[in-house]
Amino acid sequence: MKPIPLIFEKSRPGRIGCNLPKADTPEVDVQAILGETRDGVAWPEIGELDMLRHFTNLSHRNYGIEIGFYPLGSCTMKYNPKINERTAGLTGFTHTHPMQPEETIGGFLEVYASCMDILKEITGFDDITMQPVAGAHGELACLMLIKAYHESRGEGAQRRVVLVPDSAHGTNPASAARCGYVVKTIPTAEDGNTDLEALAKELGPDTAAFMVTNPSTLALFETNITKVCQMVHEAGGQVFCDGANMNAMVGTTRPGDHGFDCMHLNLHKTFSTPHGGGGPGCGAIGLKSHLAPYMPGPVITRNDAGQAVLDHDRPHSIGRVSGFFGQSLMAVRALTYFLAYGREGMSSISRYSVLNANYVKARLKDVLPAAHDRPCMHECVLTAKQYKEYGVRALDLSKALIDYGFHPPTNYFPLIVPEAFMIEPTETEAKETLDAFCDALIEICEKAKTDPDALHAAPTKAIVGRLDEAAAVKNLDVRYQPA
Amino acid sequence: MNVPGDLKYTKSHEWVRIEGDTATIGITDHAQSELGDIVFVDLPNEGRQLGAEEVFGSVESVKAVSDIYSPVSGEVVEANGTLGAQSELVNSDPYGQGWLIKVKLNGESEGLLSASEYEATL
Repeated sequence: MKPIPLIFEKSRPGRIGCNLPKADTPEVDVQAILGETRDGVAWPEIGELDMLRHFTNLSHRNYGIEIGFYPLGSCTMKYNPKINERTAGLTGFTHTHPMQPEETIGGFLEVYASCMDILKEITGFDDITMQPVAGAHGELACLMLIKAYHESRGEGAQRRVVLVPDSAHGTNPASAARCGYVVKTIPTAEDGNTDLEALAKELGPDTAAFMVTNPSTLALFETNITKVCQMVHEAGGQVFCDGANMNAMVGTTRPGDHGFDCMHLNLHKTFSTPHGGGGPGCGAIGLKSHLAPYMPGPVITRNDAGQAVLDHDRPHSIGRVSGFFGQSLMAVRALTYFLAYGREGMSSISRYSVLNANYVKARLKDVLPAAHDRPCMHECVLTAKQYKEYGVRALDLSKALIDYGFHPPTNYFPLIVPEAFMIEPTETEAKETLDAFCDALIEICEKAKTDPDALHAAPTKAIVGRLDEAAAVKNLDVRYQPA
Repeated sequence: MNVPGDLKYTKSHEWVRIEGDTATIGITDHAQSELGDIVFVDLPNEGRQLGAEEVFGSVESVKAVSDIYSPVSGEVVEANGTLGAQSELVNSDPYGQGWLIKVKLNGESEGLLSASEYEATL
């Protein structure tokens, strides 16, 4: 495949892409306003058609869910139905200004309130806020609520420790440390559940919270979850649910019923608001009523007449965690998704995502066995350690998948599984796609034994070959230098 | 996997070479192989007091950032400055040029594994 020249290389002096009308305001001296400006900044000078071709060609080199299968574990790269974009593009939403007076944004508040009503029902929590703009932001907000709760009871100074399993997402200890907590790690037992003995040993009067991902990052449902919540509560701690894996539970079981005090949700994963390219996201959080006084304000709520209104009277609130109401069009997309599925259809999200992951796990069991031999949830964590003796690592299998036209799954996470290979098919993939993916992997695993060098060379059909990841980190080269 | 017989080891994959009252510490060949290409090493300043099993730094590979635990207690007398520019030495020569820190020991070191005991944990 030929490399695409940079837009700067296509630039020709004096060429322009659009004709702006003659200015009807007086000319001003830019330098008088801005002071010294830099000379020699190279702006590309290019015609409209050439520019269009440039970006269209670049977009063809992109890989996304609309090009092919994207089984990136722990990421829920699910298809975002197009109807979401249609509603999010309605001018009633897009032409709303954040500074509009409250009485003119009743429609938007109703969208938020409806979305929150549905999220309460799905999660089993008493209250929801959609202010946090990312998953880790939601985690942080939950920990801030927990901290405010302990402080209100005069136990703020005493409860300094947050417990985190060794299988957790890295953001969990980071959020806890950001809140000033001491982080302690809880090991995972043989069967993949939390090690209850180790947990019991760490719990005490200094415990602020236990952060649990359920289903865990090992793709296993924490079968002792009710017991875990009970143990933490008996020690006076709070239990936070990392909702990254909510896709396995939607419409089937509710974290609020398991005993959790709060959780975060990734609307940009589980509820099909766009995800790639860094957002914008929505890390909505659900909480039980004892945490409600501390919620980020202003709180969207319903008045006695059932109208969605803003409640500014929250004297104990931790304050805003983002400007205005978070990413408001995420609420429009998520509500569209909920209504399109409907109450009855909602459980098909968890049922099909779990079925698809178990199908992939079963088809690959001879070449890539599961790290834990239990039914998996919406993704499966396999291990490629048997190929190490041929000099082939999980990364090599992944790179080879690129040549088969598939996006590689997650590698080397969770950290406690050697040569981890984490596949999340999501609920929207057809059996034919899953079969084609499994066939490719079975063939690649066979090649790992017979022709390992071919896998070390992969990918060979992509626009760029194998990158030197260490050099890429150490010798950053991200600037275009005009010749 | 290379596990030299003249070194002591920890379950968390550090090695230590004790010569007189000085201990040289690094991570094992197994550890570097599991971590993959190492791109950054964060080491303590000279003079820092370390307790046994205390986290003294971290290694960042293309896969993950991992804490490194001190196998012994004592004072850091030298950190391997070469690794700032050449962290890949931890991969290519983990028991030699890829050493991490030197520690002046205070007291006896306990609970260290012999080469054969360490190999049995792998």
